[in-house]
Amino acid sequence: MSNVLIFAEHQHQKFSKIALVAVRAGQIIAEKTGGECHAAVLGVGIEGLAKQLAEYGVKHVYAVEDPALEHYVADAYTQALSNLALDKGLDVIVATASAVGKDLLPRVAARLDGGIACDITGVGSDGTFERPMYAGNATATISIERPHKVVSVRATAFDAAVKSGAGAVEKVAAKIDRGALKMKFVKFNETKSDRPVLTEARIVVSGGRGLKNGENFTTVLEPLVDAMGAAMGASRAAVDAGFVPNDLQVGQTGKVVAPELYVAVGISGAIQHLAGMKDSKVIVAINKDEEAPIFQVADYGLVADLFKAVPEMKDEVEKLKH
Amino acid sequence: MKILVTAKRVPDPNATIKVRPDGSGIVTDNVKYVINPFCEIAIEEALRIKEKHGGAEVVLVSVGGKVAQEQLRTGLAMGADRAILVVSEQEVDPAVVARILKKLIENEKPELVVMGKQAIDDDSNVVGQMVAELLGWAQATFASAIQFADDKQSAVVTREVDGGLEDLEIRLPAVVTADLRLNEPRYASLPGIMKARKKELKEIPIAEVGVDLTPTVKIRKLEPPPKRQAGKKVGSVEELVQLLHTEAKVI
Repeated sequence: MSNVLIFAEHQHQKFSKIALVAVRAGQIIAEKTGGECHAAVLGVGIEGLAKQLAEYGVKHVYAVEDPALEHYVADAYTQALSNLALDKGLDVIVATASAVGKDLLPRVAARLDGGIACDITGVGSDGTFERPMYAGNATATISIERPHKVVSVRATAFDAAVKSGAGAVEKVAAKIDRGALKMKFVKFNETKSDRPVLTEARIVVSGGRGLKNGENFTTVLEPLVDAMGAAMGASRAAVDAGFVPNDLQVGQTGKVVAPELYVAVGISGAIQHLAGMKDSKVIVAINKDEEAPIFQVADYGLVADLFKAVPEMKDEVEKLKH
Repeated sequence: MKILVTAKRVPDPNATIKVRPDGSGIVTDNVKYVINPFCEIAIEEALRIKEKHGGAEVVLVSVGGKVAQEQLRTGLAMGADRAILVVSEQEVDPAVVARILKKLIENEKPELVVMGKQAIDDDSNVVGQMVAELLGWAQATFASAIQFADDKQSAVVTREVDGGLEDLEIRLPAVVTADLRLNEPRYASLPGIMKARKKELKEIPIAEVGVDLTPTVKIRKLEPPPKRQAGKKVGSVEELVQLLHTEAKVI
């Protein structure tokens, strides 16, 4: 029987869908191991957030407050989370495999001399976990062989937790050894956008090298993106070429998305790109090369010049609205 | 200044990977092996730091079978000074790799450790972070730029995170893991390849490193991913939008 500690990530005073996915995954793991579900909110001024989290069916929520936790930094957060896990006897630690989760959890695993399963897509009934390897070309079933088990969860593989009854909130001291801290947050340059968040959007329209330059992303692709109320993504090639910022990259080493509809425009479909979007419900590909590998995963493929097809598609989509 | 860089031997990212029918691993016949692309970026960054700050020693480390010598020679050919191969014919768990690296780093005492953010076979993205914690050092993962302070006691690293770029100040010595846009690695030149043959490549059997080799994770089996059903080609944008509306019902 293992008790679960969920690390709930927050930003701008709220929990995004990806944080709630960690909560749901933690609940599933607790159910399968016959353990209890606990969660932690770390930061400054987070009591309100802790109360919010308690509404999601988590028995115990810990509000861990300390000036050293004001901005996320791996060393301070590792100390606080590990101290909490040890003090409360919580041996399974769960978080979403977000940029924060991926940065933090391995450190926690090392500190607790535990084992870690990263980016899991499933939980077995026998304490095993499923995770993708080889750019999603294989699914591995793994078991963690240490008393402390650290698990990061692929956000697209689980539903978000729903509100289901109140738990208790407890304030806990972080007990941070300040002398050991060697990292300092300087600043965050956030990519501002009015569009839906890429990893949470119902529809994603992505552009690739076929768009030829950044301006075409703005003049050709964005009108379609906005007509569909979609989030915009990009292939690694487009990001590397400087057409769009890095946080739009969809792929094995970028963002993993699984929207209801994924439209790949001018993207050839390298394995590494597919790894980031092949769990989408419906995939559309528009590419002038009929041999492009993307057509092998597309439910609907259109072999056409995107510079004609994309504006046409925008018009057709707008017609549907009337 | 001494910079320690890790390099992993992995299957070519462009290779078609198939799972063996018995689920015990992947099919390795006819698979070409290369330096993990992120490790290559790490090596390149170390070389650029060496060139910019003059007189740094770049030490490469790999944990793997004897064949991994190939990848270390490529790194030496790029310009690294010497290499260490911790030889293990068995796959080594990332947590065990971290324990090994901690030991080597304590011996070598580098000011900076640069690693790739993840290996493209395992896709774990954990070793750099674990090494940093075991050493009690700062870490800066997913680095897209590194800027040293004049006194070289610290650095500001720009990191690719969700929603944008973060600047993080880290005290040295520290572990930095490289992301895609940190740099574009150089090709080894012919003179570089010739020089590499004479550079030191030390082999240490894994049992001699003196760390606990007990794995923390066991891979029970591998399976191919679920297959998508074949789709269809449409003749026009009009047809496409109609199908998305009436058949797929997503718009």
